[in-house]
Amino acid sequence: MSAPSQDQAPPAFTVLRPTLEELRDRKARTRQPVRDDREVLTVSMGPHHPSMHGVFRAVVDFDGEVVVAVRPEVGNLHRGVEKLAESLTYHQIIPLTDRLHYVASFAQNHGFCEAVEKLIGLEVPARARFIRTIAHEMTRISNHLLWLGIHIMDFGAITFQQICFREREYMMDMFEMLCGARLTHSFCRIGGVAKDLPDGFAERMRGALDFLPTRISEYERLIDQNRIFLKRAKDIGIFTSEDCAAWRVTGPALRAAGVERDLRRNEPYAAYPEIEFEVAVEYEADVYARYRVRMREMQESIKIIRQCLDNMPDGPILAKDAAHVMPRKKDVMRSAAAMVQDFMQVFVGPQVPAGEVYRSVETPHGELGFHVVSDGSPKPQRLHIATPCFFHCQATTPMWEGEMLADVVGIFGSVDVCLGSCDR
Amino acid sequence: MTQLIFLVIKGCIVFFFCVGLAAMLIWGERKFAGFMQSRLGPTYAGPGGVLQTFGDLAKLLRKEDLTPDWVDKPVYKIAPYLLWVPAALSMSVIPFGPLDAKIFAWRTDLVIANFDAGVVLFLAMGSLAIYGIVFAGWASNSRWSLMGAIRSGAQMISYELPMGFALVGVMILAGSMNLVEIVDTQSGNFWNWYWLPQLVGFVIFFIASIAELNRTPFDLPEAEQELVAGFMTEYSGMRWGIFMFAEYVNMIVMSAIMATFFLGGWKAPFEAWNVVPGFVWLILKIMFFIFLYMWIRWTIPRYRYNQLMDLGWKVLMPLAFVNLVVTALVVVI
Repeated sequence: MSAPSQDQAPPAFTVLRPTLEELRDRKARTRQPVRDDREVLTVSMGPHHPSMHGVFRAVVDFDGEVVVAVRPEVGNLHRGVEKLAESLTYHQIIPLTDRLHYVASFAQNHGFCEAVEKLIGLEVPARARFIRTIAHEMTRISNHLLWLGIHIMDFGAITFQQICFREREYMMDMFEMLCGARLTHSFCRIGGVAKDLPDGFAERMRGALDFLPTRISEYERLIDQNRIFLKRAKDIGIFTSEDCAAWRVTGPALRAAGVERDLRRNEPYAAYPEIEFEVAVEYEADVYARYRVRMREMQESIKIIRQCLDNMPDGPILAKDAAHVMPRKKDVMRSAAAMVQDFMQVFVGPQVPAGEVYRSVETPHGELGFHVVSDGSPKPQRLHIATPCFFHCQATTPMWEGEMLADVVGIFGSVDVCLGSCDR
Repeated sequence: MTQLIFLVIKGCIVFFFCVGLAAMLIWGERKFAGFMQSRLGPTYAGPGGVLQTFGDLAKLLRKEDLTPDWVDKPVYKIAPYLLWVPAALSMSVIPFGPLDAKIFAWRTDLVIANFDAGVVLFLAMGSLAIYGIVFAGWASNSRWSLMGAIRSGAQMISYELPMGFALVGVMILAGSMNLVEIVDTQSGNFWNWYWLPQLVGFVIFFIASIAELNRTPFDLPEAEQELVAGFMTEYSGMRWGIFMFAEYVNMIVMSAIMATFFLGGWKAPFEAWNVVPGFVWLILKIMFFIFLYMWIRWTIPRYRYNQLMDLGWKVLMPLAFVNLVVTALVVVI
C-alpha cells in the first residue's frame, strides 16, 4: 500500500482535527492497561456467537470485562473461490465474484472486470462506465444502509436495523429493475455491462434519490442526538492512520483516521474522473468517526448517481472487441459475426494475453484488489483476491485489545466485515 | 374463617392476574415491537395473534428439558423460579382498592396483606430476585452465564440503593411504610399524588427499576451482542420460558409498586372519576408503565458496563441522597 500522505490542505475547522500524536495519546488513554495480576477468562466469540459478524471466530482472553488478548480465526466460510476460478473462463468467474460479498456484489463484479480489462488493455465505452458508476454507488448506498442498521444493533438498539432495511429496499428495487437480481447481480461484463438502463430507470432513480437524503438526515438526527450511542461510540476502537497502514485497514476505517485515500479519487476507474465528488474524511479515528464517514459517503453517492444520470452519454454498453467481449444476446440472434463471437466466448473463452495484473477498486467496505496471472489461456492461471475484509479481520487483535467486552462486536462491525469476502 | 377463604380467593385472583397479564404482555411486547419496526408481529394464532403466547408455551413444554452434564443440577433447576416467585409475592402488599370494600354481600379489604412493613417486604423480595440470576449463571458452569451473573449482581446492588432511597422520600411524606396508608395519603386529584413533590425520586425510581428488570438500556446481564444470552445461555425448553416469563411478571410488579407509590395506586386521576372501581385504575397505571418500558426497550441502545456503574453511583445515588435530605428538611420545617 502506498503511504497515504498526511499533509492535505487544512479545512476551515482545523481546530477540531486531532494530530497523530494526540490520537496516539487518546488511544493509549482509552485502552485499559493490561494488569500484571490479571485473571484471564478465555472465551470463544463466534462462530456460534449470535452477534458476531458472519462466521468469524475469535478466541478472546478477558480480564473481567477487558480484552487482554485476541486470536482471530478465519476460514469457516472458505469455499475455494480462488482455486475454483482457475478452472473457469474469465466470463464464468463473474458470477463467482458475486458470492464474495453478497451485500455489495456489484462492487466485486466491477473490481474483477476492471482487473481483466487492465490485463487486456480494453477500453470501456463511456455509457458502460457511467452505468457501472451508478451501479457501484447504488451498491455503496445499500451496503452502508445495511451496515448502519447492524452497527446500531451492535450497541443494543434493535429497532434501527428494521428502519434501515426499509430504505435499503429502495436500492434493491432499483437493482431489480436494472438487472433483474436483488442480491447477486452479476451485472458487470468484461468490456461493459450486461444490460442498458431500462426505460424509466432514470425517473424512478431520481425519485428514490430525492427521497433518500431526507431519510438519511433523519437517521443522523436519530443517532447523533442519542446520548447513549454517542457515549458508547466515541473514543472506542481508536485506530490511527499508522495502525491502518500497518494492518492494511482501508476504506471508511482509513478515511475515519484522517487519511484522504479513496481509490475512486487516487486510482480512478469507471466514470469517477468525470464526476465531482468529495472524499468523506473524519479525523477522530474512532467508531463514531467511521459512522460519520459512511453517512457522508451515502450523501456523496447520491450526488454521484445524480451526476451520472444527468451526464449519461449515449452509445454502446459493450466494447467492440470480438476476442474478449461477450456480445449482447439481441445481436447474437441477428448477426452471424456476433453469433460466432458468442460461440467463441462461451465455448473457448476470452483470448486474454499472458501477463500479470493487479487492480483494486474502492468497494463500500474497503479496497478490493484482484491479482490475475494469465498464461494466455482463457482461464486465469492464478487469481488472488485481496479482500479488505481479510485484513480487517486480522486487525481485530490491535483493535480490540484493551477495549471492553461490550464494545468488541461494535468495534468489529465498525470496520465493516463480511466473512464471505474474507474467507473466499 | 370467611376471612381465610377471602384471603385464598384474593391470593388466587392476584396470582392469576399476574400470570395472565404476563402472558398477554409477551404477545403485547411482540406486537409493539412489530409496530415500532414497521412490521406486523404475530398474526396467525388467534385474532391478531393473541394466542401466540399459548402456542409458544405449548411448544416450550413439548421441548426436551435439556440439562447439560456439567451444571450444578439442584441449583440450576431452581434458579428460574427464584427469579419471579419472590417478585410475585410482593404483589401481596399492593392495594387494589379501599379497605373494607363492599363486594356484593360481603365486605373485605382489597389487599392481601395489610401490614406496616409493606415497603420492606417489597425491597426484600426485590433483592431476593437477584439470587435467581446469580444461581442460574453460577450453576450453568458456562463462561457467558458466569459473566452475565457477575454483571447482574453488581448491577442489582448498585441500583437497589438509589431505588430504596427514592422510596424513602415517599415514606417521609406519607409518614408510613404501609402501602395502604401511602395510597390513602395520596387523596385528591392527580396533582396531589407523590409524583409531583417527589418528581426526582420518581425519575430515579423509574430508571433504577429498568435496571432491576434487566431491560434495555440496562439489559447487560443478558446482552445478546456481548454475552450470547447472559445468565440463561445454557437454559432451554420451559426453564428458559420461565426466565422470559419472569421478566414480565417482574415488570408488572415493578409497575404496580411505582403506581402505588407515585401515581396514587388505585385512585382515579380526578376525584369525580372514583366511581370506576379502583383496580381498573391500577391496571391502567400498570399498563402505562409497561408501555414506557416497552417504548424504551425498542428505542435506545444499551449502556456499557462502566457507564452503567457511573450512572448508578455518580448520578442516581447522589441525586437520591439530595432528594431525601431536601424532602426531610421540607417535612420537618
